[in-house]
Amino acid sequence: MTYQPQKDFGTPESRSEEAVTLTIDGRTVTVPAGSSVVRAAAEQGTSIPKLCATDNVKSFGSCRLCLVEIDGRRGTPASCTTPVEPGMVVRTQTPHLAKLRKGVMELYISDHPLDCLTCAANGDCELQDQAGAVGLRDVRYDVQATHLGQDKDHSNPYFDFDPSKCIACSRCIRACDEVQGTFALTMEGRGWDSKISAGLASDNFLGSECVSCGACVQACPTATLVEKKVVEVGTPERSVVTTCAYCGVGCTFRAEMRGEQLVRMVPYKDGKANRGHSCVKGRFAWGYAQHQERILNPMIRKSISDPWREVEWDEAFAYTASELKRISEKYGSHALGGITSSRCTNEETFLVQKLVRAGFGNNNVDTCARVCHSPTGYGLKTTFGTSAGTQDFDSVEDSDVILIIGANPTDAHPVFASRMKRRLRGQDRRPGAKLIVIDPRRTDIVRSPHIEAQHHLPLRPGTNVAVLTAMAHVIVTEGLADEKFINERCDWDEYSHWAEFVSQARNSPENLQPVTLVDPEELRAAARLYATGGNGAIYYGLGVTEHSQGSSTVMAIANLAMATGNIGRRGVGVNPLRGQNNVQGACDMGSFPHELSGYRHVSDDDARRLFEDDWGVSLDPEPGLRIPNMLDAAVDGVFKALYCQGEDILQSDPNTAHVSAGLAAMECVIVHDLFLNETANYAHIFLPGSTFLEKNGTFTNAERRIQPVRKVMTPMNGLEDWEVTQALAQAMGLDWNYSHPSEIMDEIARLTPTFAGVSFDRLDEAGSLQWPVNAEAPNGSPIMHVDGFVRGKGKFVVTDYVPTDEKTGPRFPLLLTTGRILSHYNVGAQTRRTENVVWHPEDLLEIHPIDAEDRGIKSGDWVNLASRAGETTLRATVTDRVAPGIVYTTFHHAVTQANVVTTDYSDWATNCPEYKVTAVQISASNGPTDWQEEYEALSTRARRISTDIPAG
Amino acid sequence: MNSVERLVYMANQIATNLATDGTPVAAVADHIQQFWDPRMKQLIFAHGTEGLSPVAAAAIRKLAKSQNAA
Ligand code: SF4
Ligand code: SF4
Ligand code: SF4
Ligand code: FES
Repeated sequence: MTYQPQKDFGTPESRSEEAVTLTIDGRTVTVPAGSSVVRAAAEQGTSIPKLCATDNVKSFGSCRLCLVEIDGRRGTPASCTTPVEPGMVVRTQTPHLAKLRKGVMELYISDHPLDCLTCAANGDCELQDQAGAVGLRDVRYDVQATHLGQDKDHSNPYFDFDPSKCIACSRCIRACDEVQGTFALTMEGRGWDSKISAGLASDNFLGSECVSCGACVQACPTATLVEKKVVEVGTPERSVVTTCAYCGVGCTFRAEMRGEQLVRMVPYKDGKANRGHSCVKGRFAWGYAQHQERILNPMIRKSISDPWREVEWDEAFAYTASELKRISEKYGSHALGGITSSRCTNEETFLVQKLVRAGFGNNNVDTCARVCHSPTGYGLKTTFGTSAGTQDFDSVEDSDVILIIGANPTDAHPVFASRMKRRLRGQDRRPGAKLIVIDPRRTDIVRSPHIEAQHHLPLRPGTNVAVLTAMAHVIVTEGLADEKFINERCDWDEYSHWAEFVSQARNSPENLQPVTLVDPEELRAAARLYATGGNGAIYYGLGVTEHSQGSSTVMAIANLAMATGNIGRRGVGVNPLRGQNNVQGACDMGSFPHELSGYRHVSDDDARRLFEDDWGVSLDPEPGLRIPNMLDAAVDGVFKALYCQGEDILQSDPNTAHVSAGLAAMECVIVHDLFLNETANYAHIFLPGSTFLEKNGTFTNAERRIQPVRKVMTPMNGLEDWEVTQALAQAMGLDWNYSHPSEIMDEIARLTPTFAGVSFDRLDEAGSLQWPVNAEAPNGSPIMHVDGFVRGKGKFVVTDYVPTDEKTGPRFPLLLTTGRILSHYNVGAQTRRTENVVWHPEDLLEIHPIDAEDRGIKSGDWVNLASRAGETTLRATVTDRVAPGIVYTTFHHAVTQANVVTTDYSDWATNCPEYKVTAVQISASNGPTDWQEEYEALSTRARRISTDIPAG
Repeated sequence: MNSVERLVYMANQIATNLATDGTPVAAVADHIQQFWDPRMKQLIFAHGTEGLSPVAAAAIRKLAKSQNAA
């Protein structure tokens, strides 16, 4: 199919249930009330010429190109700003209209450079199309020079701004305001002189507030804002719909291609998670896929002190299988294990856990969710009965109160944050939702353009449970609990027990203030607002889970939602914001050592039998090792071999010294990845991986939405990741014969009740499906627990605040908490290999002015960051975003190695590490620590690839 | 911390967090049964109850007994 941009209906879809019928050019059409005439025409297949209207922003009515004639109305109204009315009779093509439109176009063209043939947007420019559509053949005016001859702004690494081509339609401004919510662009001057500017006239795009989401580029009808890639390689010729491989929002994109070359990623308007929007990572930061550091050939070595030796795939598989067999025979089958990847597809993850359970013969399989959302799995399963969020993203449109705890959506889940911000700003005369933020830091969403949180509770890191219990105290003691809901939907005795506990005087906000540092009046007000403000929705992130009481916090959140009846309909719910693109899927696919796919415990005989019959093996009924337990067992000398797909545990897991000791004690570490990551420094076998652009499969996002990932180019390494795992299984003697990932999904559906109705065909048909998909819900389940909890009655669990053992003292007086920023993703292996580094070239330490002054530290200084576990150096930035006593950093760069300082304290129920609280000391420094220098040397040594040509 | 010390620490941490459960000893024993791999359980059984809080100790005893019985 030749390239077609996605159809533009001119103005946004109306959600009205009421239908209106009208006649356009002699044909009748029925559309929802509130639609514009231009949209009604487009739905009927009539395209009215237009320039300033586009369907992801509200109409503005400035270009006067979309004029129509309407019976009974005077003049020629703009069809983009005229709503449909019953019985309306519209004409879109008359000689009079043609003349008017030609005149308008003539004016535009007179102030536009006539270099269409060499313009980057040639063939994909609305101005050009409309000039053709109105039949413009000559221009009577002298060329005006209002816009011509201005300098281009090349500062953004991904798109250019050429003001000489601007037609001042303001689509970019409206996209930035309405879709993205950043309000970075303004129109300077008036009328014909108006010019677009990023912030102040002196700002360029890079220096402005712009977050490079690209919404303006997508909205621009001309080549004024255009992707650098389009300038470089030309316009695309075909497109494939696929899913972003970065974060748990799971944006759908059209990968627009020229041959096998990706030209650009354009957010797909029919994507149900993103509704046509994206962030800088998904839209622009895919250059890593072709990065020169990608490893394309398998490599092996006897010892990690040897250089790597490149081998053919066959040799790699045979060698790997023989090593695994040797180790299994020598040390027993429990010496083997695997780690599945939250970046790989469901099908690939399923195969890795199958290889461990059926091939290695044990349950030693874990996934990176261990270090992020394992407490979500535990907490929500205990209270509600399912290990997943309760809502779809659209639900936020019906929320009245939004409570964000331990999450920084504008940085970590940007597209969902934009949708949330839209609801917070209010729209179409509907007042915005109220906002409560519980976070040690003043995150961006607390105060951003047209948004101000009603309550920000800046708590001491590590006291989430105390704050939530105090909120519950207020709700119960002030009689704000929804007893009718509780009576119908929850276990009343458990509720009474819980209510009695939270009501105790020791749990009042006043009593807990010395611990939480939160103003009791503010906390009371926040609790009242959440309980009584209408539909209350809770969104949370890793600031909840990555604590020694992570699981308790998740349960405390669930308690609050049940106590206020905020479960089971649109606008409410409990929503974990998932980090990696497929972390939900990896958990669903049975990546935990105690659970088979669909969260069934390995000791469940019926569930196990299902798998045993299907796979023809017997399975271990005892749980296996979690990642930290694997490392402990390795140090003890009993865990010897690890197959690690698409994870970099050395960089992402806490207490780097302990991780490296564990890896160094193993005899066979197999890393299956795109790059020689940090873990690969300790690897004996490297199997090159493929990117999401090179494979077929599915990802499941934070709303349980299963979405297709489609192959748009041949894997550079020759094999998709599932093919590598399959070949390894075959080399180990397993009889696996999948010819396509769809067959793996069929097996998943056969063995997993919540996936019973899922298949690639169904996904192609529906676009995406939210599990459970089964006989009761053949089209999936956008909202969960609608008529009752999955576990039956909702379970209130008493969560008593237990302070973490990681305490500040004279040696380590400050608390370090960690997080992420927008332009990078997780350990940064991908984003560090893209132009995104212009926004975040290094990790910085945020420190409050008082603490900085005490230590003689200024912004930009090198500082030493030390904890009981280790020390590192990085540069400081002095800011009052963090409270006194708290410091903050990100962990995107390997050289910083923030995890050198994090400890191995972890969540009591799941061993999810306590990243969010480490007692530290900061001091001035003049360079890298010994650890950093030694590690740098080791990395260089460990990454050598032999260039010897073998003799013979 | 070596492995056994860590297991003792973990068992105590689980016991502290389940202290408010109706039947804390059973809850702790059940949690360990569900989430610890066989070797971890064997290590703590072999170690005994030294360093364990009363609830954790009772839970480990209970679990060891049921495993021996099985
Ligand atoms: S890229 Fe996004 S944030 Fe930047 S100006 Fe355009 S719409 Fe606004
Ligand atoms: S930059 Fe593009 S979208 Fe913005 S006003 Fe100019 S032509 Fe319109
Ligand atoms: S990184 Fe997340 S928010 Fe950004 S485009 Fe990808 S899925 Fe969407
Ligand atoms: S498209 Fe309607 S006025 Fe511009």
